[in-house]
Amino acid sequence: MSAVVSFLTRRRGGKGWHWTDVVTWVWLVGGLIVMFGPALWLIASSFKTPAQLAEFPPTILPYVNQQATVEGYDKPLTLYTVKMPDGTSRILAEVRRVGIVSQMVDPNAPDEIVKINIADRTPVREIGLATENYVVPLEQNNFLLYLRNSVFVTFMATIITLLTNSMAAFALSKYRFPGRDVVMLLIVGTLMVPLSVVLVPLYSVVSAVGLYDSLWGIILPTVATPTGVFLLRQYMLTIPDELLDAARMDNASEWQIYWRIVLPLAAPALAVLAIFSVVWRWNDFLWPLVVLSRKELYTLQVGLNTYAGELNVQWHYILAMTVVTMIPVVLVFVFLQRFITSGIAGSGLK
Amino acid sequence: MVTPIGKALGAAVAAPVIWLASAVNLPLKAWQRATGTNGMAAFFLAPNMAIFAVFVLTPFVINFFYSATSGTAFFLADRTYVGAAQYERLFDCASYVDPSTCREDLFWKAVQNTGLFVVVQVVLMTLVSIITALILNREIAARSFWRAVFFFPVLLSPVVVGLIWRWILQRQGLLNYIFYSVGLEPHDWLIERSSAFTAAVTVSVWAHMGFYTLILLAGLQAIPRDLYEAAEMDGTRPARVFWRITLPLLMPSLLVVVILTLIRAVQIFDEVYVLTGGGPGTSTLYITQYIYEVGFASLLRNPGLAAAASILMGAVLVVLTLLQLQLGRRGEKKGARE
Repeated sequence: MSAVVSFLTRRRGGKGWHWTDVVTWVWLVGGLIVMFGPALWLIASSFKTPAQLAEFPPTILPYVNQQATVEGYDKPLTLYTVKMPDGTSRILAEVRRVGIVSQMVDPNAPDEIVKINIADRTPVREIGLATENYVVPLEQNNFLLYLRNSVFVTFMATIITLLTNSMAAFALSKYRFPGRDVVMLLIVGTLMVPLSVVLVPLYSVVSAVGLYDSLWGIILPTVATPTGVFLLRQYMLTIPDELLDAARMDNASEWQIYWRIVLPLAAPALAVLAIFSVVWRWNDFLWPLVVLSRKELYTLQVGLNTYAGELNVQWHYILAMTVVTMIPVVLVFVFLQRFITSGIAGSGLK
Repeated sequence: MVTPIGKALGAAVAAPVIWLASAVNLPLKAWQRATGTNGMAAFFLAPNMAIFAVFVLTPFVINFFYSATSGTAFFLADRTYVGAAQYERLFDCASYVDPSTCREDLFWKAVQNTGLFVVVQVVLMTLVSIITALILNREIAARSFWRAVFFFPVLLSPVVVGLIWRWILQRQGLLNYIFYSVGLEPHDWLIERSSAFTAAVTVSVWAHMGFYTLILLAGLQAIPRDLYEAAEMDGTRPARVFWRITLPLLMPSLLVVVILTLIRAVQIFDEVYVLTGGGPGTSTLYITQYIYEVGFASLLRNPGLAAAASILMGAVLVVLTLLQLQLGRRGEKKGARE
């Protein structure tokens, strides 16, 4: 432990602490709490029962009331710590509650019923996970369907993005042909037309080609990303033309050159684009919100928003489904984060 | 790490793809013989440009026609031509400072809100990310870990971000608990007007600052070390080093960050929409939400009006993007000279 501390607090040249070092560590540790805290709080809350979510002040960890099966009763009974009239406290199981009087039994002597004022009892709690928060919405409220839709959209959009963008990037980096600059300019121009600007006409185009209220209607408009074409083109420009010419000498067709030479060599850039595309498409919200109207086609994001917008907000389900929605990007973060950060630092795309 | 099952599964998926790729080779060879290089370029560009033409170019062009028509129908043929009436309606105001005197009071409210949001958010975002980038650029242990820490929220979806913070900022939420435990008065953060705005700005900074920090950090790391060494040898004070070396050389990255933040802030929608729904009242209603609601969500929907508003927003974005490209080009030229 002291080795860890001395490693973390080591200073170059062994000089003492400067006030900027203090600021640095306060900022970093504060950042750690502010950046991860909300997500951790969400995860902890998602395992709490509705009764526990309503508590104020809240507990950090999820607890459940301990229960016990008592001889003579079919259902498991909730255990309480009870303050007895003589000042001692006992653990009793509640049989039923009538007004402010609770009828309780001793689990070890189930024959005798004791009547207790409810003010004198507190539930016995243990750390436990309310997993039904996850099971119920997935099984009964379409969320499994939403999950499937999201996976389908993300997967298909990413595959198509990789294929079409890499083909276009190949043509734009390895061929000289009339109109190449016009094509490049058009693609640059796309950067100026974000979705929110063409929302209305795009909706009518998608309806006109019969894709309204279908998953393909949210996949196709997103796949011709200018950033993807740029990223891949920049990378392909670094592949030497001699390599392509050598293959042409060996009678390789242009398609084979693209498929067997350029694509494998561009794998690092393709990987970065794939990661980006997965995150983009998984997180898409506004466009699916506009295009989808049938509930069974909703993606997780839209389903979650609709569910959270209901009059009677069922937070215990929403929190759990928010965690489910978060899982893929957390996996990306844990395993692939360095590819993304180097991609952004290199090209400034997002 | 790759298990045999994983390998087999990968091969099973790859097999049809590889088969397909070799199957298309023959017809493509014929196409190549017939049309030459230009034909092949056309072939490789075709899928991307077809999608581009249908889903980007066409909407972009017909948006102007939409903004010149009225009615609730979505197909252009079913709509009536009204000329500039939609724009006139948007600009029909007794006083532009006071949205309640305008015919489209919500539009002007949204414009005002967006303006304020943009200004506050850009300042806050730039400040927070530059401080973070400077700190990450110091000699600290486990730098890539800390860099990742600040980047984490960038990956979260706007819906997730909105819901996480709605849960924290609600009446019985974590923030009020923290306030309560240090003896402060709890607030209804998302129900009071001023705090809802603050929440919207803060949450969007929280969600995106990691991205801008990365750009600034890359800019800081590109500053040549020898400049600092020379300054150290001359015994220059650290504050002077910052103002005279770090800041001027960071300027290109800083400008990119400011403009990217501007472009994104003008379009702010999803996370605020999930967080506050534009409320309380109209205090966090922004332009994109106005377009969405006028175009799709409200009962009295008016796609023409939404299109007109979106073109006005688009014009602002075009100016900002041109500015960004101009800066980028200048940066490139500089890079080529060095």
